[in-house]
Parts: sequence; structure tokens; C-alpha cells
Amino acid sequence: MNTDYIGKPTSRVDGPAKVTGTAKYAAEYNVPNMLYGYVVSSPIAKGKITKIDAAPVLALAGVQQVFSHENVPHFAIFDRSYQDEIAPGGSPFRPLYDAEIKFSLQPVALVVADTFELARYAASVLHIEYEEVAHETKLSQHIDDAYEPGKGKIGFQPPKSRGNFGKGWKEGVAHVEAQFSHHAQHHNPMENFATTVEWLGDKHLNIYDKTQGAFNSQLLVTKIFGLSKDRARVISKYTGGGFGSGLRPQYQLLLAVMASLELERSVRVSLTREQMFSFGHRPETLQHVALATAADGSLTGINHFAVAETSQFEDFTENVVGWSGMLYDCKNVALGYRLAKLDVYTPLDMRAPGAASGSIALEIAMDEMAYAAGLDPLEFRMRNYSDHDQAQDLPYSSKALRKCYHEGAAKFGWKQRTAAPGSMRDGNLLVGWGMGGGVWDATKLPASVRASLDADGHLTVSSGTNEIGTGTYTIMTQIAAESMGLPIEAVTFVLGDTELPESPLQGGSWTAASVGNSVVEACTKLGEALLKQTQKMDSPAFKGVKIDDVQFANGQMRLRSDSTQAMVLRDVVQASGEPRIEAENSTLLAKLAMLKPPKYSMHAHNAVFVEVKVDPDLMTVHVTRVVNAVAAGRILNPKTARSQVLGSVVWGLGMALMEESVMDHRFGRYMNHSLAEYHVPVNADIHAIDVVFVNEEDDKVNPLGIKGLGEVGMLGVAAAVANAIYHATGKRVRDMPITIDKLL
Amino acid sequence: MTHVTQAPLGMSPATLVPTQPVTLHINGQDRTLHIAPWTTLLDALREYLDLTGTKKGCDHGQCGACTVLVDGKHINSCLSLAVMQEGSEIQTIEGLGTEESLSPLQQAFIDHDAFQCGYCTPGQICSAQGLINEGKARTEAEVRELMSGNLCRCGAYSNILSAVMEVIEGQKPGAEGKIVMPEKEWSAGAAHQQMPPVAPPKK
Repeated sequence: MNTDYIGKPTSRVDGPAKVTGTAKYAAEYNVPNMLYGYVVSSPIAKGKITKIDAAPVLALAGVQQVFSHENVPHFAIFDRSYQDEIAPGGSPFRPLYDAEIKFSLQPVALVVADTFELARYAASVLHIEYEEVAHETKLSQHIDDAYEPGKGKIGFQPPKSRGNFGKGWKEGVAHVEAQFSHHAQHHNPMENFATTVEWLGDKHLNIYDKTQGAFNSQLLVTKIFGLSKDRARVISKYTGGGFGSGLRPQYQLLLAVMASLELERSVRVSLTREQMFSFGHRPETLQHVALATAADGSLTGINHFAVAETSQFEDFTENVVGWSGMLYDCKNVALGYRLAKLDVYTPLDMRAPGAASGSIALEIAMDEMAYAAGLDPLEFRMRNYSDHDQAQDLPYSSKALRKCYHEGAAKFGWKQRTAAPGSMRDGNLLVGWGMGGGVWDATKLPASVRASLDADGHLTVSSGTNEIGTGTYTIMTQIAAESMGLPIEAVTFVLGDTELPESPLQGGSWTAASVGNSVVEACTKLGEALLKQTQKMDSPAFKGVKIDDVQFANGQMRLRSDSTQAMVLRDVVQASGEPRIEAENSTLLAKLAMLKPPKYSMHAHNAVFVEVKVDPDLMTVHVTRVVNAVAAGRILNPKTARSQVLGSVVWGLGMALMEESVMDHRFGRYMNHSLAEYHVPVNADIHAIDVVFVNEEDDKVNPLGIKGLGEVGMLGVAAAVANAIYHATGKRVRDMPITIDKLL
Repeated sequence: MTHVTQAPLGMSPATLVPTQPVTLHINGQDRTLHIAPWTTLLDALREYLDLTGTKKGCDHGQCGACTVLVDGKHINSCLSLAVMQEGSEIQTIEGLGTEESLSPLQQAFIDHDAFQCGYCTPGQICSAQGLINEGKARTEAEVRELMSGNLCRCGAYSNILSAVMEVIEGQKPGAEGKIVMPEKEWSAGAAHQQMPPVAPPKK
């Protein structure tokens, strides 16, 4: 029996549950005697509530309560109680806390009733009066008030300049300077945010939450409501898409818990699709890039400056410009990043936060620079290849971006490209070929994992991480099965529960590396525990044997020196007289490692090649072919990994061509707050997408050599589309999305 | 300062009509429930019958996550009141197959990795089943177009297309049962190590 599962295209182990509808998401736990809460949202963007007349609504039979700032107790007073794990600096929004309105669609009341239908109806007739004051939602009018944020959010470093950009600019013989912009974008996972709180009596709650981090939801609930952890168990077995939206707990969690505690009943609160536009989003960002090159095509100066929106109450920061200081070799780099406060909700990490935005500006500017320098865009990038991370002044743990360029270009047929815009045709259609790429952090965080082998020989491995669609259930099962030499059917991976060992938020492309390596550690510990048990058994061959002397295969523990000397794992557990033998990894070393300065720059890279066909009369754009070559270390499961990159490409196409939350500045509200009007790619928009994983072995990044894949595939995609459109039409559009009106 | 009023004052909420019994024929079984007449088929399934395989993504007929089959045709269950479907044959994802006995489409979705988070998946499968029932989708272009009412935010469209095509091709006369998915080139690195560097175009 071959139990080498790592690197194999195993089908998702949660597939059968997902295709038959038995996988339960947060709003699908139908607990007995449950009430329904429906959120009433503010029609104004700034001002205050002056009156709420709940009496007529409360008179409706079946309406249990109308919660608002008028009757919700102040469970907590200090900002720190409202700060979740990744809260940026500032004062977090507190739902139903006071009369002040800070953003459009702010929750102002929660109507709780016996049925969903009644709660929705009652919410629609709840009478509320407001005094509205002038709001500010135009980023372009606040560039002058923009300020440099401090460190704030964990992990954010203000960008560092180096050398002397002014000198580099003067040394250059060819120059490009341009401004770029994109509007706010909303994550819009298919599942709306929802929380089902099951009241178990005496303030004991089971909280089924849509989140990317059950522990983060629990942290916030315990801090605000003063509950002990054992009274606030958060469960999240399946999450219907995250993309960053679930990194911070959303307000429906707090409303559902509040209502449950106040009414001593089980309560469900689901947000509507419109309300999915009432919280975090990718911030609108304005960017300025200036590049200069010498006669040989080498970059002599890079200047990248960005201004992004944040709310009035928190400083949301992301790394927009930092990547421009490391992707290409250049001595003189000037970087700047500022925030401007607007009357909107605080932005939130959205797939490849910062990098997706920054790579649009950098990679379009690189294309413009290539043309200005008279070089092919790929050749131009090769000439400025960086073999050393100049931003951190560290060597790379590995960097196979050159392979991405070579293999991606070969697969795409880039050689056939003729440089002049409008020079390639398919019949009447204009053909454009463009490219781009990017870089993303390879991060590993401490994660706790328990491995438990029962007397039937079944291995259960558990960790409180999340499954947002990335394949966590599957890859962890593969790693555990291979580690213990068991068939994959004999292994179950359990996640999404605060009663399990603690795991970090599911985000940042770090779950595979963080939890995956910990699975190996836990399985090693389990192996040691099993070996220890053999010492109590009558097996002379195993006496005094060390863990390094054995291997696990075929459901057995074998001596490496003599594989005929084997113990069946199930028998070892049975001999112990216990129902199971289990072990947990230690996160101590991982925590210590985080305190030390890194020795290597650890990053994943990609290069993406895009073909567009543009109708010269109507200027409709079709992306007909994409090749995305990714260097992300070891690929645990090429099937689910490919899907990650396919999805990233779809996201990049959406960013390039359709996604924008359009602010109506008269009302301070996103006017296209529905899936009919917030356009995302549909099946008919997607044509051939090829994914290439280049070989990249890395023994420094982490023991399994994993770099993470959730985000890197999105980088440079939008820019490559813009560059391909330029190549097809000669029109350089620097304001995303590139809708038809910008091409006509 | 401007005075803004949400829901006009003075109009007391309309008196609600009582709930009424509604009998639905779902997945081969009659189920009677007592609901307000404006309860959507979607909410009836999810909130009253615990058939939560049918998903709510927008509640406005814009995303397709709530697709079910009514008399074999695929509809958005959020755009239909439950009471309108009395007497109809309703089939939800739970009625198409079980984990032990998957339908051909369910199996193809797993084989082709045609989903990630899984939330749009039941709707995708019901839409595809509806297209097949109706004999509408025959070519890749048709499937792409006709499946475009089902959003997938994870972006699994390419794999959804190949899963649906496999089942359609497998059902054509002459096809020997279910076509096994060809061994995909998963491009996991090793296959591409021999690629030569590309030469820059000559100016």
C-alpha cells in the first residue's frame, strides 16, 4: 500500500458533503425554539439617530424584541474589549452602542421575532428618525489631509525607501510617470455573513459563526460579553467563501450573541446581500509610480506612492507599495503610503491585500517602461531580476521566478508576440498579449494540532483552523496519512471549533505551512507515544528503539533496519488498554522563532501571461487565454492547488474588468449593493486558464517547504489584462476596472 | 442638518394573515408545513424543512445558489413562494444523490474539483441537471452561457465546465457509460523542468 499522499492530486475529502448539501454552514444549524434577528441598516452615512418608535412593531404578535442603542446594555466600555486579533489601530465600531451614525448601512436596530418572515417584515416597518450631517466619501478630495499611519495592525511595516530616487531618476535615459486608481471592492463570498447562537442555558452558548477564525470570534465574544471561553464555544465547520471578509468578526456575531443573552433563547442573525456592503472592503486607492531606466534597460529609480481610504475610527493599513522595493533590482527606491479618513466602514484585507492593488500600478508602469525603453516586457523584467531581497537585505530562501518567466512564456507562446500595439489580429478582432507578476509573503505561524489514534486504527487529527474552500480538510488529511503511513480513508481531519487545539486565523496564505507542518509534528509526537507503548509490550525487536529507527507504513510501525519487524498500530493502541493514544505538538519553538530576526526572505512569486481579444468597433474585451506560472515551494495537492490559482485568476479578471463598489457621494453609499450590479466574472467570462507550478524546492522556508497559494496567483493578473488591452488597442487605461466607456 | 425618516410614521404595520398549511412534494415525499403565505420556497426548505443544501446567496434571483428542480426544470427557489409549488415535484440537492450514492454530476464535480468553498455547488449541480433534463446544453459555449446564472466567487468555472461536459458527453448515444476523466496534466512542476528559456523577440 502506497501512502505517499503529499503532492498527489487527491480529490477533496469534504467533496461528498459539499456536493450533496450535507455540509453545514453557519446559518444552517436549525436548533429548536430558535428566534430570528433581522438587522435594520442606516439610510444615512453620518449623523445621529433622534427617534426610534418600536411600539407598533412590538405590538405585532410574534415580535420578541427590538434592540437598539436605547435598550442594549453597554456590555463593555473600553476599545480594547472590541479589538479582535487583527483590529487595526483605533476605536472599533460598536454595534447598537450609541445614537451616532458613522457609515451608511450601519446597523441601527435588530428586530427579533419568532420567524424569519416576521422579523424581516417588522424590520421593514420600524420607524426611525435621523439628523443627517454632511459626510465625506471622496478620496480624491482628501489627498492633502492624508497621513502616514504608524505600525498599527500586526505585521504592517511602513514602507522603507533606499538610495536616492532623485539621483536615479536623473541617471535614467528613459522615464515613465503615471497615476493609477481603483475603487472600493467588496469580497462578496457566496455565503452571507450569519451567526446561529444556540442557547444551552445558564449563559452557555454554542456559536455557529461564519468566520475565518473561530478563535478570533470567541476572543471578541468573551471580551465584550464577559463570558468565559467554556461558555462561548465557536463552531465553524464550513465557510462559504472568505477572501478576507471573515478575518475580523462581523457585527451579526455580536448582535446574535447579545440577543441570545438578553432573551435567553437561541437566535440566528443572517445579513442580506445588501448588508454585505456594510462592512470591510478593499479600500479605494490612488497610486503614483515613476520609473527610470538606463540605456541597458536596468532600472535606475523606482518611486511608488499610494493614498488609501480608511474609516474615521480605525487606521486600516496594508502593504501596497512595499513590493515595489523588492520585486526588481534597483538601488534607488522611494516609497510612500498614506491614509485618508472618510465616512465609510473600516476597510479589510481582501485577497492579496495591498499586493493586488500595488501590483496593478507597478506592473502596468513596468509595461509602460518596457515600451519607453524599447524592450520586450518579459526581457525588461529579466534584465531587472532581483536575486537578493534588497528591501530586507536578505537572501531568498528560494526564488524560482525565472522559471515562472521561462515556463509561463513557453506555454503561452510569448515568442510569437509582435511588440507594436494593434499589430496582432484574429480576423477582425484586435489581439493583445500582456504580462505581469508579483510576490507574496511565505508565512508560518504557530499552530497547535492533536493527533489521536483509536483502537480501531483510525487516526483523527484536529486543529481549530478553518476551511474556506482552500482545501484545508484535504491537504491536512494527506499530510497526516503520509506521516503515519495510513490509508487516507483511515484518517479524519477535524477543524473549525474552539474546543480543538488553537490555530491561527485562516488567511495570509499561511494555513498550509502553519497547520501542515504542525500536523507532521503532532504525528511525530504520536509516533513517539506509540513507540513508548511498545516498550511495555512483549516485543524484543522494539526494545530500546528510538523514533528515528522506525518508520510508519501500511498501518504499521516498522524498524528501518528490518522492515519485517513490524507492529500493527491498532494493536499497539489496543495493548494500552486505552480507547486511544494521542499527542499534541508544541508551539514553543515556532513562537520563539517568530521573535528572532529572519535569516532569509521567504516569498512566493508568479508570472502571468494574458491574451485579450477586443472588438475594434464595440471595444468589448474578452480574455481568451491566461497562463499563470507560480513558484510557491512544495505543492501539496496539485488538484486543489490548481483550483486556488484558477480562482485567483478569475479574481484578477474581475478586478481588471468589472469589480467596483460605486459610491454615490450624495448619499455616501455604495449604490450597486447587489450581485446583479456588483459585477463579478461569470462562467461565460472565463476561457482557457493554464496553471503551471514551477519546481521550487525550499528547505529553509519550513520543514515541508510550503509557501502558500491563496493569494500569489492573483498578483499581476489585472495589470497583465491592462497591458494586453494596451497591446491590442494602444489605449493605456490606469483606472480599474477597465470598462467599455474607458476604451471607446 | 437634514431630517431623515426611515419607514414613515403613522402607518401602523399591516395586520398579518395567519400561517396556513402548505403541502410540498419534495424529493419524493409529501411534507406539510405551517407558514406565512409569503414564505419563499427557499426559506421553506432551509428554515422549516432543514433542507439546507439549497443555499441563500442573494435572495433576489441574482446568484443562482438557491437553484432547485421543479418538475425537472431549474428555478431560483428564492423567487418562488412555497405556496406556489403545491402539487409540483420539487427536487433539491438532497434528492439528487447521497454521499453513498452520488449522482453522475455530483461525482463529476468531485473528480474535476469543480468547487472550493462549496456554497454555490448545490445550485450549480441543480442548474446543470436542469440543463441536461431540458436537453439544452450541448456544446462548451452553450454550457458556459447557460451556467452563467450561477455565480461562483471561488472562480471554479473552468472545472464546473469540464465536470458538466463530462456528464453530457457520457450521456450521448455511443458513449460507453460514464467517461472517465482523462489523466489531467496537473502541472505540478516536474513535467515542465525541461522547458528551454524563451528568446526575446528580435527588434
